[in-house]
Amino acid sequence: MGTYAFDYNRRKSCATIRLKKRGLEVVCREDVFLKMVKNSLPTSPFEKKGNVVLLLLLPSLILIFGLLIYPLIYSFYISLLDFNLTRPGVAPFIGLNNYVRALSDDLFLSSFLRTIYFSVVTVCTEIVLGVAIALLLKQKFRGRGIVRGLAILPWALPTVVNGIMWKWIYNANYGALNALLFNLGLISEYQVWLGEPMRALHLVMLANIWKETPVGVLMILATLEGIPEELYEASRVDGANTWQRFRYITLPLIKPMIGILFLIKIIWAVREFDLIYIVTRGGPGGGTTVLSYLAYLNSFKFFKMGYGSAIAYFLIALVMVIGIPYIIAITRSQGGLFE
Amino acid sequence: MTVALNKKLVGFFLYFAVGLLVVVILAPYLWLFISSISTKKDLTSVPLRWFPSKPTFENYSRLLLGGTGATDAASQFGRCALNSLIVASAVTLISVFFGSLSAYCLARIDFKGRNILSLTIILPQLLPPIALIIPLYLIVRKLGLLDTRPALIMTYISFILPLVIWLMIGHFRSIPTDIEEAARIDGCSRIGALFRVVLPLVAPGIAATFIFAFIIAWNEFFYALIFSSTQSSKTLSVLVEEFSSKFGEDYVLMSTAGVLASLPPVVLALIFQKYIVQGLTAGSVKG
Repeated sequence: MGTYAFDYNRRKSCATIRLKKRGLEVVCREDVFLKMVKNSLPTSPFEKKGNVVLLLLLPSLILIFGLLIYPLIYSFYISLLDFNLTRPGVAPFIGLNNYVRALSDDLFLSSFLRTIYFSVVTVCTEIVLGVAIALLLKQKFRGRGIVRGLAILPWALPTVVNGIMWKWIYNANYGALNALLFNLGLISEYQVWLGEPMRALHLVMLANIWKETPVGVLMILATLEGIPEELYEASRVDGANTWQRFRYITLPLIKPMIGILFLIKIIWAVREFDLIYIVTRGGPGGGTTVLSYLAYLNSFKFFKMGYGSAIAYFLIALVMVIGIPYIIAITRSQGGLFE
Repeated sequence: MTVALNKKLVGFFLYFAVGLLVVVILAPYLWLFISSISTKKDLTSVPLRWFPSKPTFENYSRLLLGGTGATDAASQFGRCALNSLIVASAVTLISVFFGSLSAYCLARIDFKGRNILSLTIILPQLLPPIALIIPLYLIVRKLGLLDTRPALIMTYISFILPLVIWLMIGHFRSIPTDIEEAARIDGCSRIGALFRVVLPLVAPGIAATFIFAFIIAWNEFFYALIFSSTQSSKTLSVLVEEFSSKFGEDYVLMSTAGVLASLPPVVLALIFQKYIVQGLTAGSVKG
């Protein structure tokens, strides 16, 4: 029986009552009666299930197909062409050459590794910080509501504002980071923070961690709130200390949530483009060029749409490697996608 | 160590950690705000003047009132804010309307292909934007719609609509089926039951989804960067970025534009915090 479950027994009893109200006795075979009940339902062209489904779904289906599925297929086709926007009309079919080219392109390989490094390090930091902050915000203290409210701020901030904010803080001549460290006596002269590839990458990662951690905190906090207090009380009676309570009660109960959070956050991190475009433009010397940025660069700066699409498809493959376990995990956590 | 002292120590560390957290969350944004009410001279002095000698809101009025003339970069602000508002509202309205109907269908009616469809709805949450932007760019270009608001509205729907459907399915499932069954038995058609009984009940969910989708559409940057180039469709996100890169090094104006552009989503999120957190946990969706 589907989720829109017509409960025939229930309907039968309702109908019986109605008939009885009219002073009629119900004497007939069960299946005939059911048929009667079914036929007695209001009928309009909209009533047939197929029509209803079509009516409700069609607009969204058209939009999703036209703006999502078709473009995806189209872009796979483009990735098989030597498609350059500066040469209109000429786009020879070259099979998988764009993909082969990417695999032998040093820039692609280094961007690929950088994407992995960026994602794994930021997400692990975010999760560890997220659990710690969520545990902190679960404690009782004055002003707790306000502090929890503040946690939404970095999420709500437009990525652009986050980007220019950190770019301004990292500014080599007048930035707040330089001023702060200089005032504290930690540096003797102003630094060009974004001038060195590895350092620039880490600073972009820091900006990303600042924006993304609070989302995790709020999600973990919601799970923490769901843990019944009795569990902790019982363990306290049994003489468990704080660490043991965390290790044997809290951690196992938030583990599924952390698993899902880890996967979805890795996916978001792998897709990251905005922050890198705004803060460093992939530089210095390609030091912050991740796959998204490389695909953008090839497609919209060098106009090599074919090659850009091929890189984007590598990115899709990478995302799917994580996305499939994610789908399985959320399906399981909800006991079936739509059941 | 006595128990009382121990408790005091724990309390002290608790407040210390909370204080640190508040500073880390607020400091960068506060600095952006301070920069916006400083003068250029304050910001470019070494050692840095942390608090402006004479706080000024001159840049706010410059951006909001259109600047000194058409050549002034600040004059674009009003136009771009309007673009952002129109695009985000249109996308949200269209997505919430069609998305709610489809979500009801996916949540309540059993039909063939339902699971495949539901997978399609999670897809945009996973797909890297660049993978869609390249083909959408070529399509939009072919249609001659580059640098128009309809192009932005259309392409934003590609990720906002699935998001709305995903969130709304959760809201529909939280309404007991008994209520609409009762309506059906009392002679309401399926569509009638949806509009007369289910939708009013799910109204708070629709409002929450609306706000969530609006914030995400307002904050969007990558699509707008690619699809808009002039004032006729440029959104605030793109303009704010240009303040930090194109128009010389006016840090005060850049900060002011940043603060102003972030006000709508920040205020909405702070007011409707509860719903936002619900939305985030329900769908694990990206902002």
